[in-house]
Amino acid sequence: MLSIKNLRVSINNKEILKGVNLDLHPGEVHAIMGPNGTGKSTLASVIAGRDIFEVTDGEINFKGKNLLGMPVEDRASEGIFLGFQYPVEIPGVSITNFMRTAVNEQRKYRGLDPIPANEFLAKMEEKKRMLEIQAKLANRSVNEGFSGGEKKKNEIFQMAMLEPTLAILDETDSGLDIDALKIVANGVNKLRRPDNAFLVITHYQRLLDYIVPDIVHVLFDGRIVRSGGKELALELEEKGYEWIKAELA
Amino acid sequence: MPNTLFIMDGATTINYNTRDALIKLFNEQIGHIGMNDSERIAALRKEAMAVFTQQGFPHTKLEKWRNTDLSKMLNHQYNFPLEPSHDHVDFNEVFKCDVPGFDTFMVALFNGWFIDRGSILPQSDKGVIVCGLAEAFKKYPELIEKHYGKYGLVAENSLTALNTALTMDGVFIYVPDNVEVDKTIQIVDLISATDGVFVQARNLVVLGRNSSLRLVQCDDSIDNHIGFINSVTEVLVGSGASLDHYKLQNKNDHSAMVNNIYFQLEADAKLSTNAISLNGGLIRNETNVKLNGSGSRADVLGVYLMDREQHIDNQVFIDHAQPDCSSNEMFKGILDDHASGVFNGHILVRQDAQRTNAYQNNKNILISDKAVIDTKPFLEIYADDVKCSHGATVGQLDSEAMFYLRSRGIGMENARMLLMYAFAAEIVNKISIPELRLRIDDLVKKRLRGELSSCDQCVLHCNSKEQKVAFEIDMSKI
Repeated sequence: MLSIKNLRVSINNKEILKGVNLDLHPGEVHAIMGPNGTGKSTLASVIAGRDIFEVTDGEINFKGKNLLGMPVEDRASEGIFLGFQYPVEIPGVSITNFMRTAVNEQRKYRGLDPIPANEFLAKMEEKKRMLEIQAKLANRSVNEGFSGGEKKKNEIFQMAMLEPTLAILDETDSGLDIDALKIVANGVNKLRRPDNAFLVITHYQRLLDYIVPDIVHVLFDGRIVRSGGKELALELEEKGYEWIKAELA
Repeated sequence: MPNTLFIMDGATTINYNTRDALIKLFNEQIGHIGMNDSERIAALRKEAMAVFTQQGFPHTKLEKWRNTDLSKMLNHQYNFPLEPSHDHVDFNEVFKCDVPGFDTFMVALFNGWFIDRGSILPQSDKGVIVCGLAEAFKKYPELIEKHYGKYGLVAENSLTALNTALTMDGVFIYVPDNVEVDKTIQIVDLISATDGVFVQARNLVVLGRNSSLRLVQCDDSIDNHIGFINSVTEVLVGSGASLDHYKLQNKNDHSAMVNNIYFQLEADAKLSTNAISLNGGLIRNETNVKLNGSGSRADVLGVYLMDREQHIDNQVFIDHAQPDCSSNEMFKGILDDHASGVFNGHILVRQDAQRTNAYQNNKNILISDKAVIDTKPFLEIYADDVKCSHGATVGQLDSEAMFYLRSRGIGMENARMLLMYAFAAEIVNKISIPELRLRIDDLVKKRLRGELSSCDQCVLHCNSKEQKVAFEIDMSKI
């Protein structure tokens, strides 16, 4: 589904990703772990299409299509979703209307008519119930005055509404208390299907107690230096990132 | 300053001199213009004309006018409507231009003249007066003597002086002590003339102690002709009274409007004023607030959305003259194409005005490289126990926010619009009248889509161009 080959990415002439290779298949959950400043968020942003980065080499293919050069919104419509580490506040625009705009633009891209209002509202209700999100959240302006936990729940809600084939969660667990973490993880687990995939970026092993990955990658200094099963996360938790550094030295 | 005006097209053209025409008009027509004047007002007109004669129109060498150039708009042989004349206007059509569900008591000025439709405000039995200023000169001389020309001083402003010298009509509103006016009063200020009018509209609003009023001033053009409005509004908000004031500006691109408004607040009075400028060739709003009694509070808000060659200039002067007052200024603007904007916020805290809270902010988004904003906060503080803050930002749309929206599948164009809408929403959401808020909300959305934001069902909707944009947001439906 997602195939990244030898991806090299720079910002302001500083190389962040130094040849990343990654293959994700439908039904899989991959976790990317690593110390701060190692390029995890850059990788997430580049897949989603953020244009402040310069891709100097390599390729990203998604369902057989070359993503590089594809506008951000088209990537979204192709089925890529990025859950932000720091979701943006949009005062004056309700989540309902925000989502309706997004859903309809994606439908337009796929050659579908806009979703009828009643159908859309029913879908919102269904997803809210599924994710145990209170009704009032949807009537508030997008992320405006939300707590850290509310913002992350809202990201998961948006993911549920947009039904992506590939969801990238960029440190969705950061700043969450255990209850919010469970809601977020629970949401992801409920959305897991044989035909979609998740790329979960996290600094801590904690989240992976709730979202069990098929494969764990360790990103260090712009490269994936180790990949393994879920045990790798536990090993990392136990030994710390110093262990990886020492191994590489 | 030379009185001769030039067109900047390479060839120097000596043009019509509006200043001299106005002076001549005064000298020849003062008998007619001042026919209802008391002795004081007659003297005031003379004094005002002397100020205008000496100072002339403001020009760009004056610090306060550095970025707003009237000369192009003065380069026209205007008509000065000395009589009410509205033969070619169907007022039934004009008065249809309202906000859906917005139940107001509507009065109108046409080319500066009050239109008497014989309608009577429901609370007139409580002594509330809404009438033409010319009529008030005759019928309420005591109120006029007490208040007229007392808040907007001619010596300080040559355009206020010009207005004071030549004005013949406008709206007079009086609310006695302890009366809460239920119905929102709406003043629709229209200009129209095929050959261009120069209008000196003058309004006086007096709120007695512990009274309250909601006042909406709508400035619209009725056609696409050149026009110059030099309007002055004086407002007294008595002790403990409260005024909720809105100014909606939706002029054509060929019009100039200078709008001087003077609010004086007595002890514990409350003012909220919100200037919403959606269109206009050249708009200058000078908002003067004098906090003249302790415990008074003013919120001065504004939002402006300008494009093409439009120019908006907001000058705010807050005079903290007494202790324990607070003022809060927030102006937000979006400028596109070659539009230009000015914000000049001056807060004066006088020596006695201890425990003042004064807050000021101006935020701007420039959409194109050619759009310009000149913003200047200015604090002048003579008291020592004061909390003041000011800030100004000028920026482009936040690229992180754009990325966020686009990552949800929302295309560039709609993402931009959503963010601009969100930026303006902070001010629009502060409109306390729900019907008006919805309407403005709608107008802002239309404006952002590039449509002229006049009411759909209104005859003023004169040069609207519908553009097809996939803007799905409909705040009213869900």
